[in-house]
Amino acid sequence: MSGRSHRLGFEDGLRVASVGLRARPLRAGLSALGIAIGTAAIVAVLGLSSSSQAGLLAEIDRLGTNLLTVEAGKSLTGEDANLPVDAPARISHISQVEQLAYTGQVKDEDVYRSPLIPVENTGGLQVRATSLNLPAVLNTGIARGTWLNTATATVPVTMLGSTAARQLGIDRVFPHERVWLGNQWFNVVGVLDSSPLAPDVDNSALVGFPAARRYLGYTSVVGSRVEMGPPNSIYARAAQGHEAEVQAVLAKTANPESPSQVNVSQPSDVLTARAAAAGAFDSLFLGLGVVALIVGAVGVANIMIISVLERRSEIGLRRALGATETQIRSQFLAESVLLALIGGAVGVFSGVMATAVYASAKGWMVVIPAEAWTGGIASALLIGALAGLLPAMKASRMPPTAALRTA
Amino acid sequence: MSAESVLSLEGVTKVYGEEPPVPALRGVSFSVEAGELVGIVGPSGSGKTTLLHIMGTLERPSEGVVLINGTDAALLDDRKLSYLRAREIGFVFQQFFLAEHATVRENVADGLLYAGVDAELRYQRADEALARVGLEDRSDFKPTKISGGQRQRVAIARALVGRPAIVLADEPTGNLDSATGASIMGLLKELNADGATIIMITHDSELAGQLPRQIRMLDGRVTSDTGAKPATGSMAGGRDQ
Ligand SMILES: Nc1ncnc2c1ncn2[C@@H]1O[C@H](COP(=O)(O)OP(=O)(O)O)[C@@H](O)[C@H]1O
Ligand SMILES: [Mg+2]
Repeated sequence: MSGRSHRLGFEDGLRVASVGLRARPLRAGLSALGIAIGTAAIVAVLGLSSSSQAGLLAEIDRLGTNLLTVEAGKSLTGEDANLPVDAPARISHISQVEQLAYTGQVKDEDVYRSPLIPVENTGGLQVRATSLNLPAVLNTGIARGTWLNTATATVPVTMLGSTAARQLGIDRVFPHERVWLGNQWFNVVGVLDSSPLAPDVDNSALVGFPAARRYLGYTSVVGSRVEMGPPNSIYARAAQGHEAEVQAVLAKTANPESPSQVNVSQPSDVLTARAAAAGAFDSLFLGLGVVALIVGAVGVANIMIISVLERRSEIGLRRALGATETQIRSQFLAESVLLALIGGAVGVFSGVMATAVYASAKGWMVVIPAEAWTGGIASALLIGALAGLLPAMKASRMPPTAALRTA
Repeated sequence: MSAESVLSLEGVTKVYGEEPPVPALRGVSFSVEAGELVGIVGPSGSGKTTLLHIMGTLERPSEGVVLINGTDAALLDDRKLSYLRAREIGFVFQQFFLAEHATVRENVADGLLYAGVDAELRYQRADEALARVGLEDRSDFKPTKISGGQRQRVAIARALVGRPAIVLADEPTGNLDSATGASIMGLLKELNADGATIIMITHDSELAGQLPRQIRMLDGRVTSDTGAKPATGSMAGGRDQ
């Protein structure tokens, strides 16, 4: 008598490993639930952070990273400084500046829904005079209505930034929609989309420079002449790849006398930093996912131990049919891994679906990092193996005869 | 102990536990030749099941030698012993032990699952074995849908499917009414007439009386052995005295 026991083939192995699942599918499903929830949470957290990052990066791409902002800083004495009135003209002479727009904050005026609103309730909104090419330079869309033109820039009409419109409760533009601005009514001609590169614009009621001068007294005095009010934010588009050169000379060009009173920034940096932050996943939810996985592992281990105790006669019979201890151990280990893998697969699927639904609602691209689902499946596998190890050892060491004995 | 003995026990004892030690077998020796049909008879607690488990290598004796087809079971490790069970020993139990969620045919084919036989051949053999026990028309039934007698026939088919050297049956009629039990006895006799070596435990002397050879047990000892049939009985009998 020679020979040794054979390994089961894959199909037989799978059939034997799934005996418990097929006999009690509800129990199997419930015991795999914890792992499914944990995996789903982890995949969704990673998927959502990647998708929101992808969304922001796409937005940055659309907005362009070549926008530079020049703003008035503080004077040496700590007062708010102004940019010289001719700063835009000088900056536009820098050869690598392709486009330029500017706004000037009318500091003494605020905007209200009606004259009945107490003056201190400004809602943090600003009134800004604007050059007419602002939306083009900022890549900001027009949400409703029409942008200012040379005619409307001279009359008491205003275009609202997205936040300003929301705060003023103006979500449609009716023909006679108006706001109380500088002690008079201004007609609202439209509402802008949000301008991630220039958050100040979102908070502002925008009027033309001529209108600001005529109706709001926004002027400056150059020599003996009274001119339009000064700009205090200039938005310059540098030629692609020349942002650093332009940035280096901007302060000096804007205000040759006191370049230190000028702040120059590249607002896409802020967005890029925000994108990086969005890519960093929410560790609280990730932690909850891990806790669910651990609870799931305990659940699977528990079910496997019960299963081994309940199936003593099956184990005895298999030993009588010629199963080795190793084969019994493999059977229960494989069953545990199978359970966990089913939980992991369901979890990955749900996590991906959750990400897809949320990301498409936000208009983001759906990005599931490969580590999310491979990690989900791999940790399910590991958990199944760990949870099944002890019950499988127990099963293989169980003396076959006790369960086979006639009572 | 002739070389052609299918099974041979020499001074087998089994003691369970330590405090107090429970001697279940106290020196059992006999041999079974190919083609025999042996009944092991004795009251409950006399050690029959323990003996069957030791003959089937599910349990090792405390002392003594178990030879199967001339191989000393004590020399085999778990893998080799398991393979021996898979190929050479078929078991039939009082409670049938059928898998409820598998069909009759799958249950029978699983008798060869651990014998390294590929699936196609397993199912072919299962069909043959089912035909042999008269259940070919129940192949696709679940065990819960057939009668107790039919279940035991399925279990017998599973034990036979690998054409083992020995079939060991522990009170195979114990869970059946007497008419069904008698038909199972009839089947076992037929199978034996076809060449199967069968050792069957029963506590029913009347059933045992129908068998060509009876080994009687009491308190872990063999009290009588009617011996093998004359044709193969040269070495049987007398050795337990
Ligand atoms: N695992 C065990 N531990 C202790 N005693 C046992 C064990 N198995 C059987 N016995 C004892 O061994 C004796 C023989 O039992 P058994 O072989 O089942 O007898 P039978 O099958 O003839 O009824 C009984 O006294 C029984 O209580
Ligand atoms: Mg018994």
